[in-house]
Amino acid sequence: MFVYILRRCLYVIPILILVSIVSFIVIQLPPGDFLTSQLQALEEQYGESVQSYIDILRSQYGLDQPLYVQYFKWMSGIFTRFDFGQSFQQRRAVKEIIMERLPYTFLITFITLLFTWIVAIPLGVYSAIKQYSIFDYIFTLIAFIGQSIPNFLLALVLMYIFYSSFGWSLGGLFSTEYLISSWGIGKILDLAKHLVLPIIVIGTAGTAGVFRVLRGMMLDELNKDYVRTARAKGLTESIVIWKHVVRIAVLPLISTIGWVLPGLISGQVITAIVLNLPTLGVVLYQSLLNQDMYIAGSFILLASTLTVIGTLISDILLAMFDPRIRYD
Amino acid sequence: MGRVEPQVNMGNGILVEKGINTWTYWQLIYRRFKKHRLATISFYILVLIYSVGLLAPGFFAPYNKLTQFEDIYLPPQAIKFIDEEGNFHIRPFTYEWKTERNPDTWTAVCRLDKSFRYPLYFFVRGEEYKLLGLFKSDIHLFGVKDANLFLFGTDNLGRDLFSRIIYGTGISLSIGLVGVGISFFLGLLLGGLSGLIGGVVDNLIQRSIEFIKSIPSIPLWMALAAAIPQNWSALKVYFMITIILSFTNWTGLARVIRSNVLSIKERDFIKAAESFNAPVSYIITKHLLPNMMSYIIVGLTLAVPSMILGETSLSFLGIGLRPPVVSLGVLLQNAQSFQAVSMYPWILIPGIIVTVVILSLNFVGDGMRDAADPYYK
Repeated sequence: MFVYILRRCLYVIPILILVSIVSFIVIQLPPGDFLTSQLQALEEQYGESVQSYIDILRSQYGLDQPLYVQYFKWMSGIFTRFDFGQSFQQRRAVKEIIMERLPYTFLITFITLLFTWIVAIPLGVYSAIKQYSIFDYIFTLIAFIGQSIPNFLLALVLMYIFYSSFGWSLGGLFSTEYLISSWGIGKILDLAKHLVLPIIVIGTAGTAGVFRVLRGMMLDELNKDYVRTARAKGLTESIVIWKHVVRIAVLPLISTIGWVLPGLISGQVITAIVLNLPTLGVVLYQSLLNQDMYIAGSFILLASTLTVIGTLISDILLAMFDPRIRYD
Repeated sequence: MGRVEPQVNMGNGILVEKGINTWTYWQLIYRRFKKHRLATISFYILVLIYSVGLLAPGFFAPYNKLTQFEDIYLPPQAIKFIDEEGNFHIRPFTYEWKTERNPDTWTAVCRLDKSFRYPLYFFVRGEEYKLLGLFKSDIHLFGVKDANLFLFGTDNLGRDLFSRIIYGTGISLSIGLVGVGISFFLGLLLGGLSGLIGGVVDNLIQRSIEFIKSIPSIPLWMALAAAIPQNWSALKVYFMITIILSFTNWTGLARVIRSNVLSIKERDFIKAAESFNAPVSYIITKHLLPNMMSYIIVGLTLAVPSMILGETSLSFLGIGLRPPVVSLGVLLQNAQSFQAVSMYPWILIPGIIVTVVILSLNFVGDGMRDAADPYYK
């Protein structure tokens, strides 16, 4: 077991290095030297007075040096100072922008995951036990639709429905009057009201996916011998289902735990843009539109790193919870 | 179909009992697929949508995708059989919307002008278009005379949304097809090599797949798509977007193919062929591919939706295909602002088409997956 975990951890290192290179390529992608054009604009705007600032930037990013030197400068900045570079659009450190949006992103990701499981697990179990019943058909159909409808479309439609029937205009996470006010009951209630829509929208696809996986797994497991044995022993049906079958059937869901981490950064970028949520994904979009590439590259780097770590965690969890997995 | 008449002697010494039907592999798959009712219906829906959008958009669309009319944001026109007085007409007809200015607020108001009925005619002559890019024609499936027919209303520039949806569907679906073609090629090549050769090659390919999978696809797509230079031609952008989408898509297919190759490779009939000194190319084309075909088709069917969704999402955000190219995502760009949607809800219709297409593809994929292994009970 220990050797397995160790080897699994070592596997991660080359992948992370490759990921960082890809992220750096993304930074360099826009045609022309991005930083140079930015610096030119700075120089034209402010003239000689910013020359020292420009010199600092030049040496910081190693602009006069070959690409691989620039890459190592960027990487060493991240490792030594947690410095991902500068956002030229916002004139701020990328680190600052990320930190500002991380809490809300975390909140939304976490609640959505909770919603997904609370809805999908009971429905999946029910559908599997009562296979081919009318509710099984209804749930399965809804799950198919939920997986097929583009999230941004669902967001638009729900916004339209909420607006036309309740008069709620639910973009963002706060109404304007609470945007800058300090925390209180009113603000929390307002936040809760605004969270309904993102959770439904972002949660739908996930719920549908979990539902289908769980239902399929349950159906496979229900036909196995150990279930018949358990019933033959005279165990009650609820114990057979919940203690024996569900326990095995939820194992694939452990791999979804690994999605939580990358979800923090890249989760539902498109929905977040439509709903105007203050999450990290929106920053990625804006930075791409403005060719603010250090933000974009840092995002890809962070999101991929978290995906790799998330997969690692779920693999280890799976190995711990599923005794059938061999470690060789 | 499929029934071989009961025979006693097959002619080659093999005796088949009377009354037993023999079904070929594909007949068995077809039978199982047909049992999945939703998948069968979805299949026909897809055939319809694909043939309208890809084969002859110009014929089915009443207008060209770029023709501008006077009135912007006209609501959809209903096709009716019963007129104001309650009389039934065999030939369907439509009323025209008239835009007027509210004299007080000076805002545009649409009013259905019921004073004149415009009957619907089939095979009418209209704007010229090219069929399959080759033959010129000006015959459209349907249209009205002396008036305009906007089945789904008009958009922000006064263009017929119905015609634009037909053209856009074609583009969006073709991205799915071309992209899956690229993914199919890469997946078959790399997955096949991985499974057949094994060893270092297998390890290398599998690690690269893991690596590609570890980059979240949507941010990567967005970053790559946003890096496409603004001055590129529409066709170049189209291919670039397709390549970007298939770059992450082939990995799933490669895994399916590798695991299939690994399991089939060990079967007795392959061993037998090898012992007869059959060349590798023979084994691949005569034994491996036919045995994997149904799984490959399942993989392909399930890969199309994510490509279409990817294109739609990117274009919706304004970093995918660019006007004047029309795709379902480009059409939805209009719907980005919530205000526009609440005032002109019909601009969401392209989204319904996307959903129907993806839903149908998912159903067909699901049905295919159930049918892919016809010997499994």
